[in-house]
Amino acid sequence: MSVIELTLIILIGSYFAGLLGSLTGLGGGFIIIPLLTLLLHVDIHYAIGASLVSVIATSSGSAAAYVKEGITNMRLGMFLEIATTAGAFAGAILAIYTPTHYIAILFGLILILSAIMSLRKKTQQITNHKSYLAQKLKLNSSYPTADGMVEYGVNNVTGGFFMMLFAGVISGLLGIGSGALKVVAMDNIMRIPFKVSTTTSNFMIGVTAAASAVVYLQRGYIDPALSMPIVIGVLLGALTGSKILVQSTSSKWIRVMFSVIVSILAVQMIYNGVMGKI
Amino acid sequence: MNKLKDTDIQAIIGWVLRTGVILSIAIVLFGGAVYIYRHGHDIANYSTFKDVSDFVQLSGIINGILTFKGKAIIQGGIVLLIATPIIRVAFSAVGFVFEKDYLYTGITLLVLLIIFISMLSGHAG
Repeated sequence: MSVIELTLIILIGSYFAGLLGSLTGLGGGFIIIPLLTLLLHVDIHYAIGASLVSVIATSSGSAAAYVKEGITNMRLGMFLEIATTAGAFAGAILAIYTPTHYIAILFGLILILSAIMSLRKKTQQITNHKSYLAQKLKLNSSYPTADGMVEYGVNNVTGGFFMMLFAGVISGLLGIGSGALKVVAMDNIMRIPFKVSTTTSNFMIGVTAAASAVVYLQRGYIDPALSMPIVIGVLLGALTGSKILVQSTSSKWIRVMFSVIVSILAVQMIYNGVMGKI
Repeated sequence: MNKLKDTDIQAIIGWVLRTGVILSIAIVLFGGAVYIYRHGHDIANYSTFKDVSDFVQLSGIINGILTFKGKAIIQGGIVLLIATPIIRVAFSAVGFVFEKDYLYTGITLLVLLIIFISMLSGHAG
């Protein structure tokens, strides 16, 4: 295949990956990595490197918008970034020494888990329970809603911190934003309203990906010619996705469709990993 | 806690992120155009990992940009993109110093330190 053909195919694929990733909130990496490895037979390390770069582009782009709205809890994000960057660093080092077929199998498993998580019904929760550690770290905050500013408390800081460490490792190892895991940590463990947790998770994804991207970059796993169409495609797709999201409130069918696609890809990744084809 | 200062930091951080993304994507697009124009009809192969390319060290990237190599220009844009969230962290550190929030200045510097160690580890191998 010539460079121009491959670039066009990847550009179109990345556009749809970015679009679906943005509509479901799972991120573009989930489609990009299977597309590159299963269809185009690209080495999974190259795929992870390119995916990380696109993750930084989309999360930084949308974080810029969210931060201005004042929903993002910057202190909570900063504090948890200690865990996610340390995890991401460990994950990137681990990825270098892990055989590619194990990475493929783990990728498939995390993919299925995230698809299930994205289908889960989200209920807005507010707790006013303020734990000692959350008060010490000034994590309790308020955020703007239709009914004015709402105060919320942060629970189980230690539990959330360790879940974030795990999310960081997965991000560095698999080249995804692992937004689903970050939201689990904040929604289910720390009991934060989901609007705050999704924007704060997005805020952290860029730094987390950067911490492992520097390792991939120096190992030569970030190929400029391969990354170029992926970054541009995913970013454009994510932009389109955010426009659609504003217009249509009911996106249930999109998420169901996405979960089906994701599950098929996940099974493929696991199958190829087990057979040693990746 | 000074609320006004917090919103100031938010505005600056938003600006840093947006500028970084727009600038780096523009550079990647430009480098991509140069690369496709010159190498569009070469045969592509990414199925096996090749040896570390010329565009890993910063000196190699700068050298390539000076000699107007498309791939080097793309990589320059990618490096800027990776640097964007790191610059964001550095800006928040400065913001917390202005707010006299030394606990969070420390936390922010710790994050920067972890990223720095991550960077050094790549060289060591």
